[in-house]
Amino acid sequence: MNNVIFAVVVLGVMGAVFGALLAFASKVFHVEQDPRIDEILAVLPGANCGGCGYAGCSNCASEIVAGHAKVSACPVGGAAVAAKVAAIMGVEAGSVDRLVAHVGCRGGENAKRKYDYSGIQDCVAASKVAGGPLECTFGCLGLGSCVKACKYNAIHVENGVAVVHADNCVACGACVAACPRHLISIVSEKQDVFVSCSSKLKGAELRKICNIGCIGCGLCTKKCPTGAITVTDNLASIDYSKCINCGACAEVCPRHLIVNASESKAQTVVDQQQQ
Amino acid sequence: MTFTGLVSIALGAILINNFIFSQFLGICPFMGVSKKMDTATGMGLAVIFVMGLASALCYLVNRFILTKLGLEYLQTLAYILVIAALVQFVEMFLKKGMPALYQALGIYLPLITTNCAVLGVVLLNTQYNYNFIESLIYGITGGVGFLVAIVLFASIREHLVFAEYPKSFEGFPIALVTAGLLALSFMGFSGLKIW
Repeated sequence: MNNVIFAVVVLGVMGAVFGALLAFASKVFHVEQDPRIDEILAVLPGANCGGCGYAGCSNCASEIVAGHAKVSACPVGGAAVAAKVAAIMGVEAGSVDRLVAHVGCRGGENAKRKYDYSGIQDCVAASKVAGGPLECTFGCLGLGSCVKACKYNAIHVENGVAVVHADNCVACGACVAACPRHLISIVSEKQDVFVSCSSKLKGAELRKICNIGCIGCGLCTKKCPTGAITVTDNLASIDYSKCINCGACAEVCPRHLIVNASESKAQTVVDQQQQ
Repeated sequence: MTFTGLVSIALGAILINNFIFSQFLGICPFMGVSKKMDTATGMGLAVIFVMGLASALCYLVNRFILTKLGLEYLQTLAYILVIAALVQFVEMFLKKGMPALYQALGIYLPLITTNCAVLGVVLLNTQYNYNFIESLIYGITGGVGFLVAIVLFASIREHLVFAEYPKSFEGFPIALVTAGLLALSFMGFSGLKIW
């Protein structure tokens, strides 16, 4: 019996000593941390998706408090979270546009194939085989690396090309990183017109290999009332700080690659209903 | 205690009696955090750190408290107590003293409290009657062995994404098969001898 009591006492004393040491250490090594960091962490979504560009939500919160990140840094939370964070930080949130991903290619079945690819169903792997199965070295391979990267079921391959479903998209940027051809960008949801081609090939070359690629004809630049469109490297690009979403370019484009997102969204809805 | 003795302890801990592949200790973090190379490296470094410190501290506790009081049978309990307190303390210390290292080790440091490889290394130190220096070397190199194992495994798992295997093997089954093959290949080191 004495043995038992002795053992209990010794371990108890050891535990108490360690406990006391830890209590003492927590005072000595106490790091002053801004209480706002924990408050902000509580209102962030907590998915640790890394869409903000920081290593997880707690890192994002400390960067916001440090002033390195905006109160609207979290693309997943959007305006609602930005408003709460702004309240904690005591600043105005400003208007925060919801962001969505956008795929800069509509090639798919319109683009000519170089060869039949039957290897690993992954864009990165396919792009390593003789520059990819498409004749166009800029186009979407349609093997769905972005689909696998998306945690929110917001991107799908339709007719051989990746399409973003804006309703599900949280602009975390996972698909942007996954695409070996760098076709996906994060844009404001309010933005309506897009140049859905990323090819920098010359018009004559591109005409042979894709029915829907930009040939750099420049009709859109002439038609644009605000001068927002420029053609560089045989590819039209829209300066969204000037664009007023009038859709004049979409009407005039002879290759129908400048698209109104709202109209094409309606189109996919009709397609789905037909199915 | 000769230099050769220390080298053979080190070599034994890293290759021949690798904690993961021969002694099957610390399998949980080995399977859990080996999906990506950088997390695997972080975990490995944290294990080296904690194993080294725990070996030294547990040796002192055993030598100057337990043996003196004739309480050797309490080793396992006492070591768990020491490791848990140590990890807490180290975390606090790093947060204050070395924020960069604290950031690098991140979440893995507190996770190690429950890593059986750490408890294993201190119990083995006692079992083999290692002295202070030998215990320290065995702890650190045991951690190095863990790092080698988890980094090798993580690099293979990253490549597994492109491998073709039956659907039913997806995820953990194929990882376990891979770990088994890797362990088998480490058996090749068992013939290794120094002098």
